[in-house]
Amino acid sequence: MFKRRRALIALQVALANCVSAAATAESYDLGRTPTSAAIAAWDIAIGPLGAELPTGHGTAEAGADLFAQKCAMCHGATGREGPDPVLAGGQNTLATDKPIRTIGSYWPYATTIFDYVRRAMPLQAPGSLRPDEVYALTAYLLYANGIIEHATIIDGASLPQVLMPNRHGFVVAPRD
Amino acid sequence: MDTTKQQGGPATAHGARSPAETSARLVDPLGDPRSTQSLTPLQDLHGIITPSGLHFERHHAGVPQIKPEAHRLLLHGLVNDAKIFTVEDIKRFPATTKNYFIECSGNGYREWNGPIGQSVQETHGLTSCSEWTGVPLKHLLGEAHIAPGAAWVVAEGADGAAMTRSVPLDKCLDDVLVAYAQNGEMLRPEQGYPLRLLVPGWEGNISVKWLRRLKVVDRPYQTREETSKYTDLMPDGSAKQFTFVMHAKSVITYPSGKHKLPGPGFYEIRGLAWSGRGRITRVEVSTDDGASWQECRLQGPVLDKCHTRFSCDWRWQGKATIIQSRCTDESGYRQSTRTELQAAQGKLPSYHYNAIQRWRIDASGEASNV
Repeated sequence: MFKRRRALIALQVALANCVSAAATAESYDLGRTPTSAAIAAWDIAIGPLGAELPTGHGTAEAGADLFAQKCAMCHGATGREGPDPVLAGGQNTLATDKPIRTIGSYWPYATTIFDYVRRAMPLQAPGSLRPDEVYALTAYLLYANGIIEHATIIDGASLPQVLMPNRHGFVVAPRD
Repeated sequence: MDTTKQQGGPATAHGARSPAETSARLVDPLGDPRSTQSLTPLQDLHGIITPSGLHFERHHAGVPQIKPEAHRLLLHGLVNDAKIFTVEDIKRFPATTKNYFIECSGNGYREWNGPIGQSVQETHGLTSCSEWTGVPLKHLLGEAHIAPGAAWVVAEGADGAAMTRSVPLDKCLDDVLVAYAQNGEMLRPEQGYPLRLLVPGWEGNISVKWLRRLKVVDRPYQTREETSKYTDLMPDGSAKQFTFVMHAKSVITYPSGKHKLPGPGFYEIRGLAWSGRGRITRVEVSTDDGASWQECRLQGPVLDKCHTRFSCDWRWQGKATIIQSRCTDESGYRQSTRTELQAAQGKLPSYHYNAIQRWRIDASGEASNV
């Protein structure tokens, strides 16, 4: 009985130590508080709700010229020819032996186009496009996939509303 | 030359391997320099650690050259106290050192429907294993004080793609490291110098290199690398997303493709096994095309989410045969055959290929992929 009691006390002491160690560990007081300007300069990730989308807008018409200048040399004149990833077409091919995974056939969210083009494209000058240019290219890519009209204005309000053809094609499931 | 009859060379500030040793990564195996990758020469390695200079590479915008004194890690989003850290700040936190493998989920992609690669470097060279040192991410999150609603962390690199992945917060609070050292020295540039995320047991792409930003958010951000890429398309046209865990896999590295046995007699079959679900508990080898299987020795240490070296004795009679290995991990999962994998996942080559690897030994002793 005494032994058990001592063990219980030892356990309580150990738990208390644990708690105090955790409390200490909560503050190493390392690092600084970033300025809001420092955060804003790097905060380029666009989530599926599009809340972080910057001011600006674009249409497929403006995007077509930009695409020809900055993208077609890798992705082909209309985004279908390659050699680098095919960006348009391929709808209704996912369940076939030769699926073509493009923005129009596969990508579930339109916001991903803006996010990726702004951060990673064009290949030789990533991060060089202004928001209006990214909106215009995004509009062009959506138009090239038959998802929006030629004159549709793509901006921070309209882009998250675009329903991608494969929006419901993904399941969160472990691979067997 | 009798080296005992003369003085040797001087001490050196930074050692290099013997000029006789030429083992190298296989660069650009697909003949497409834009895919920037190189494969680890598993057939040449011993034990479980991959020399840092032979760790596989897969980059999405090349290898940036980063000055460590200028590098920063920003931690913000759904936290009460956003923080910005220098590399020196990160190195002052209590450090953790662990051995973990990193495997690209595209490892073996081309083997899905039949043998393609000739050597184990070509078939399995997108896995490597290192001793990693860094700060547990939970310490950094503790400094920033996570706010209500936090559920995922967006990790972003300082490379030309600003490569971005969403990581579930639970995993971040479990065993994820912000690593700065590999095998006792600072990370190599191609491994993310000066900081990288290290997400144990999960597909390599999520261990974001050149880590510069962690944003705590309420949902996955559906980045290009977790939608367009690194998702598993199924035969019915649906796709599995966030299939992070690398499943148990083993491969015989000796003898393996392109090796030639000098003649009948004793050989120690050697290989590697690993699992993103924990420790390897068992490896079996068959030397008679699957008719019988024998238990292998596991060479310690047998560690969580780490390459494990296995071996078994073999007396080759000089006849053509097929050798292969299969492993089981502590979750009870056992590595399956290619046919079983195809039955479960379909015949479309995809990520997370982990089927049993078979090597044919022909009567002359030459090993090949079958």
